[in-house]
Amino acid sequence: MRIQRNPQLNANGELIHLLSTEGLSKDVLTNILDTATNFVSVSDREVKKVPLLRGKSVFNLFFENSTRTRTTFDIAATRLSADVINLDIARSSASKGESLLDTIDNLSAMAADIFVVRHNESGAPYLIAQHVAPHVHVVNAGDGRHAHPTQALLDMYTIRHFKGDFSNLSVAIVGDVLHSRVARSNIHALTTLGCPDVRVVGPKTLVPGDMAQMGARVCNDLREGISGVDVVIALRLQNERMSGALLPSAQEFFKSYGLTPERMQWAKPDAIVMHPGPINRGVEIASAVADGPQAVILSQVTFGIAVRMAVMSIVASHDA
Amino acid sequence: MNTPLKARPASELNAESLYQELLQQMRVIVAKADSPVRLVGIASGGVWLAHRLQADLGLEGSAGVVSSSMHRDDFSTRGLSSMSVQTQLPFEINGANVWLIDDVLYTGRTIRAVLNELFDYGRPAAVKLAVLVDRGQRELPVEANLAIARSDLPATQLLELSRTEDGQLTFGIEATPE
Repeated sequence: MRIQRNPQLNANGELIHLLSTEGLSKDVLTNILDTATNFVSVSDREVKKVPLLRGKSVFNLFFENSTRTRTTFDIAATRLSADVINLDIARSSASKGESLLDTIDNLSAMAADIFVVRHNESGAPYLIAQHVAPHVHVVNAGDGRHAHPTQALLDMYTIRHFKGDFSNLSVAIVGDVLHSRVARSNIHALTTLGCPDVRVVGPKTLVPGDMAQMGARVCNDLREGISGVDVVIALRLQNERMSGALLPSAQEFFKSYGLTPERMQWAKPDAIVMHPGPINRGVEIASAVADGPQAVILSQVTFGIAVRMAVMSIVASHDA
Repeated sequence: MNTPLKARPASELNAESLYQELLQQMRVIVAKADSPVRLVGIASGGVWLAHRLQADLGLEGSAGVVSSSMHRDDFSTRGLSSMSVQTQLPFEINGANVWLIDDVLYTGRTIRAVLNELFDYGRPAAVKLAVLVDRGQRELPVEANLAIARSDLPATQLLELSRTEDGQLTFGIEATPE
C-alpha cells in the first residue's frame, strides 16, 4: 500500500482512470498496447463488435471541440458494444452557467459508466475522476496544455508496430511543443517505455526549457533535431492557440522547421513520419512528406480505435 | 459416439495416450466426412492439440485458433488477463464443417463464448466438439461430440494441459485460483 496513490490506479495498482501517461509504469503502458493488439483485428470480422462493454454507457463530454477524437472514441465504444452518448457541452449546460461537477452529478444520475472528457482547462479530468463514484471511470481525451494520453498511447502503438521496440530508438518531436499536450504525453510514454533518445525540436519561443527535466533533449535546429532519428512526430501548429507574437508567420515556420522530402534525408532512410492530425499542409509538413511512403499518419488513426478500445475495456474491468 | 465413459481418477490421465486415442477417432471422422474437416483449437490447450492433429491427420492448410476472451461472461470480474492468444481462422468460415478441439470440458462457459466468437466471423455449416477429458459439472447445456476420458474433480482443482519443450503433453492438477 502506497501512502500517496496515483489517482489513476486502485489499491491493487490497476488502471481505473486514464488521465495522463505521466506516472504510469512500463507494465501498465505495455499492457494497454498488448491489449490493443487484440482489438486491431476486430474491424476484420464480419461482426465488427465485441460484447465487453455491453450494457455500459459511455458519455463523451467534449468541452472543447474535436470531431476526430470524439469520433474515434465513439467508434471504439460502439465496437465494444457500449451505448454512447455524445454531449456537445460547449453548446449546452456549461454555457448556461452550470458548474463542471454539477454537470457530472447530473450525468452520473443518468447511470454513466465511463466519462470521456476533453476540456480546455488542464486538470479538469482529474477533478472529475476524484468526484465520481468508485464504479465510474474517466478517460482524458485532452486537457488544456497538460495531457492527451490516448494520443500518446496510439503513437506508442504505431512506433512499436513499425519499429518493434523502444530500446534503440531515436524519436524527434517537432514543432509547437509549448502548446502541445500530445508532446508532453509522448515524452512521458517514450521515456517510460525505455526510449533512450527523445528530442524536442522547434524555435525557442515554442519549445519550453523544462523539457530537459522530462528526459528530452531540446534542439532549436531542425537538422540537429532529426539527424539519424527513427521516428519524426510532427506537431500541428496550433493556430487557434497562438496568442501573442510567438512566430512571425506560419510560412516563416515552414521555412525553418517544415518537414520536406529534402530535410527528411537527415533522418534514417527507414524513418517513419507521424502526425496527430489534422495536418496543416505547407506549415509543419509538406504534402510530399504527408502523402509519401514514410508517413504512417493514417495507420495512427486506425490504431487509435484499437488503443481506445483497450483503454476503455481495461478501466471498465477494475473498480476503485 | 456418445457411449458413456467410465470415470477415471485424474492422476491416471495420461495426455499422450489420450491424444493417440483422439487421433484414431478423428481419423475415422475425417474419413467419413462429406466436406473437409476444419479443426479449430480453443486457446490455449486446445491449440496444441489442433495443430498436432492437423499434422498427424495430414489435413491441408493449418488449424484455426479461437479465443474466448472477447465473449467471456466473467469479464467484469476477471478483466482481460487472458487476452494473449487471438482468434485466427485461416479458412472460409461460412459453410465450413468445424471441429472445435479442447483439452478439458468443464462448465461449458468457454464453449458458449467460443461459439459466439466463431459466429462473429461467419456462419459455419456445422460445429462439433472434441475434448480429451470431460470433467462433468456442466453449468450450461453443452456436450462434447467426442470425449476420450471422463474424470470427476472437485471444483477446487484445476485440470490443465501443459506442453514440454519437446512437445510432450501432460495433465497437471492445480488449486483453482481465487
